[in-house]
This record gives sequence, structure tokens and C-alpha cells, in this order.
Amino acid sequence: MANEIKSSVIDPLIDNNPITLQVLGVCSALAVTTNMMAALIMSIALTTVTAFSSAIISSIRNHIPSSIRIIVQMTIIASLVIIVDQLLKAYAYDASKQLSVFVGLIITNCIVLGRAEAFAMKNPPVLSFFDGIGNGLGYSLILLIVGFFRELLGTGKLFGHVVIPVANEGGWYVPNGLMLLPPSAFFVIGLIIWLVRSVKKEQIEPADYQIHQVHRTEVL
Amino acid sequence: MAETNKNKGLIASILGLPNDDPKKTIIVAFLLCLVCSILVSTSAVMFKPKQIANKQADIKKNILAVTGLLDESSDVNTIFEQFEVKIVDLETGEYSDIEANSYDQRKASGDPAQSIKLTQQQDIANIGRRANLAKVYLLKEDGKLKEVVLPIHGYGLWSTLYGFVSVKSDLNTIGGLQFYSHAETPGLGGEVDNPKWRKLWQGKKIFNDAGELKIEVIRGHVDFQREGAEHQVDGLSGATLTSRGVSHLVNFWLGDDGFGPYLKKMSEAEK
Repeated sequence: MANEIKSSVIDPLIDNNPITLQVLGVCSALAVTTNMMAALIMSIALTTVTAFSSAIISSIRNHIPSSIRIIVQMTIIASLVIIVDQLLKAYAYDASKQLSVFVGLIITNCIVLGRAEAFAMKNPPVLSFFDGIGNGLGYSLILLIVGFFRELLGTGKLFGHVVIPVANEGGWYVPNGLMLLPPSAFFVIGLIIWLVRSVKKEQIEPADYQIHQVHRTEVL
Repeated sequence: MAETNKNKGLIASILGLPNDDPKKTIIVAFLLCLVCSILVSTSAVMFKPKQIANKQADIKKNILAVTGLLDESSDVNTIFEQFEVKIVDLETGEYSDIEANSYDQRKASGDPAQSIKLTQQQDIANIGRRANLAKVYLLKEDGKLKEVVLPIHGYGLWSTLYGFVSVKSDLNTIGGLQFYSHAETPGLGGEVDNPKWRKLWQGKKIFNDAGELKIEVIRGHVDFQREGAEHQVDGLSGATLTSRGVSHLVNFWLGDDGFGPYLKKMSEAEK
């Protein structure tokens, strides 16, 4: 049991990362990574929601009628997200202002529903809880890496503190505005996936089809 | 005793039903909705007072920031007590008797009974409707007006920007500009929050000597040698549309359809 818990927390960090391997939850990874603070709070919110929704769904999994199981899962996830959103508005007002609609959009994050459907429906609550934590952390890891590069290269700051003095404030670094726009998150995530798959060759999927070289003679 | 046994029997019989049974499906769905709605409404009610307090404190904080009174070490509410909150009828520029604290300008803007529809020509700030009444915040020193803070809003590139502009006692010099809510591109249009850019507004003149509205955000840098530089503010690089939006909304709210009549009345009274 202890081993299972350990592997369910550690596996999703790199070996089975929800973003880089399963390519889930990319939408919010683009939206909230313009600075580290937003990425961090989003990570905490998502990890909490995934862990608790998995635990709750797993504890009633034997009584969820299969015909309405997705709706049941969504209802539980949505309720948790609303509670988290209300909590943030009450106790972390500035952060919730910055994240605005993206907290609400955790509901549509494929990682949460993906873990509920793929894991929590078949495993006991405690294990599901840690599976949720693990996947949340895997997501957090990528979000923070992307946020690190985007904030640093886009504004010369980290967590709002100046790291590289920017040119228009008397420094030497000319910030790259592209890093603050959503496409840059695609580039960074793509580079991370490339890096992870070059180190961990087993993550490379076989090609769906082989590109066939067509010779002139064959066409004729 | 018999009662509990019967209850137990009921729960057990429901749990014992096969999952595909329509009866169980309905019962599970109903119970789930009940529990979730209780949880959600409890959290909404429980955190509400705190959230409202946060929102009000945030607005107060922005009003203090726009007048340069914001001081991290002391309580926002205490400093804010220096301000006198009043309601202005935008049409006439006169004060209205309505209780200031209960008036919600944002809500009024959407209510046909409390607002007017702007014609396309009037509506340079792209806001559609304008409330008849507006809240103003007066900062007085020794009984004399020092600064007046006016709420402004208008459309940028992606979003409506909500903020405040403060005007000095001569009712022509801008004391500061600050937005508290917008969704412009971070790093580009979002730079409206940049303290350096906001500082550029300080001391700019709204009207020229002839009393014409001249304040504007220009493209690129202001050339201080040129005439009219005292009315101009540098545009944000990479954010032409947001800059234009800010220029328009400031012009709208300081113009005849905004606080124009009020500012005129006030400056006559000050003389």
C-alpha cells in the first residue's frame, strides 16, 4: 500500500506527466503562466480539487450508476471548484482577481475528470487521493517551469521581483513580448516534451503511419 | 428502535439495488445534487461578508493610490475617512441627495431607468449606456477642495477598463490615473498598471486656455518642445488599441457627456 501511494505520487511527475505525456490540461497551462504567482496559485487550486474530487468519487464509486457517472463526477468537481473559488475570493483576493475565470475553468480541465474516470472509479479512496495529489503536482511542475521562463524572459521578473533589469527601466535586457502571449507557452511546453522524450526514450510513441517514399515509376 | 431499523432497512435496500436500476439512478442523482447544493450555498454564504469587504477595500485602496495617499503601513479604512463621498447628476453637474453608500453606478449603467443610451457619436469610450448619477470622492484640506476622484470606465482592446482619475483643485490638472479592473494583454496593454506609465499622467492639463478638452494619449513619445505637450501622454508600446481606448475613455468622462458639466460648475464655485 505504502509503495503504491509513493508511486502514485511520484510517477505523474515525469514518467507519466499529465501535460507532457498525456498532453492534458494544456489550455490553462497557456493562460495562467504569464507569471509565477498566478501559476503557483493555479497549481495549488488544481491539486486540491483533483485530490479531493478523486477521493470523494472513489468513496462512492460502487454506487454511481454507470449511465450518469460522468454527470456525477462533473457535479462533484464543479462543487469543489466553486468552493475553492469562493475561498480564494475571500482569502486571496488579489490572486483571485488575477486568475479571474481560470479558477472556474478548472472544472473543464481534462486532468481532473481524466483522473476521476481513469483512476478513482477503480481504486480505493486513499490511493485515489494520492493519485490526485501526484497528478496535480505533475501539472504544477510544468506550470511553474513554463511560468518561470515566460515571466523571466517576458518581464525580467520572478514572482514580481526584478531579476534582470529591463531596458525601459534603465537596465540592459530588452524583454521579449512574445513570451507574454499564449503561443510562447506552446513553444516552452513543446521544448519540455522534446527534452523529456529525448532523455526518456520509452515515452516516444510509435508513429501512426510510415511516410512512404513515392517513386516516379510507381506513379506512372 | 423499530424506526431506526426501518430506516436502516431503507438505506440498505437502496444501496443494495443494482446500479443500473432507474430508481437507484434517480435517488443517487437527487442525493448528490442535494449534498452538493448545500455545500456550495454554505460556502457562498459563509464567505460573502469577507468577499464584499475585500472588494470595497480594493476600491478604497485604488482611490488612495490615485491620489498618492496609499500607505502600506496604515489601515486603508482610516485613511479613506478623509474622503467625502458624494453623488453627482452628470446631466446638470449638481450634487444629488441620494445616499452615496447605497448607490451602485455599475448596476445603474445597465438599468434603462437610471441611465441613458449613448449615440454612436457620443459613445467614444464604447460603453453603450451611461448612468445618470455618478459617485465622486472629494479630498478636502482645511475645508478647501484639494483633489476630486472620478470613476471612469471604457473599452480597451479585450475588456472594459474600470478605474479612477483624480483632478487637482484647479479642476484642470490631473493628479493621477489608475485602473482597478481590466483584462488587457499582460505585458502589453496590461502595462496600464505600470507605475512608471501612470506617473506620466500626473500634472497633465485637461483643458487648454480656451477651455477645450485636449487631453490625449499619443503614439510614441511626447516631444516636450512642441506645443500642447502638457496635454499629451506617451502611448504604450505594443498596445496601440489599449492606449487609444484609454485616451477615448478619459476624453469621454472628462467631456460634456461625462463629468464636464460637473467640473465646470466646480471650477466656477472655486473661483
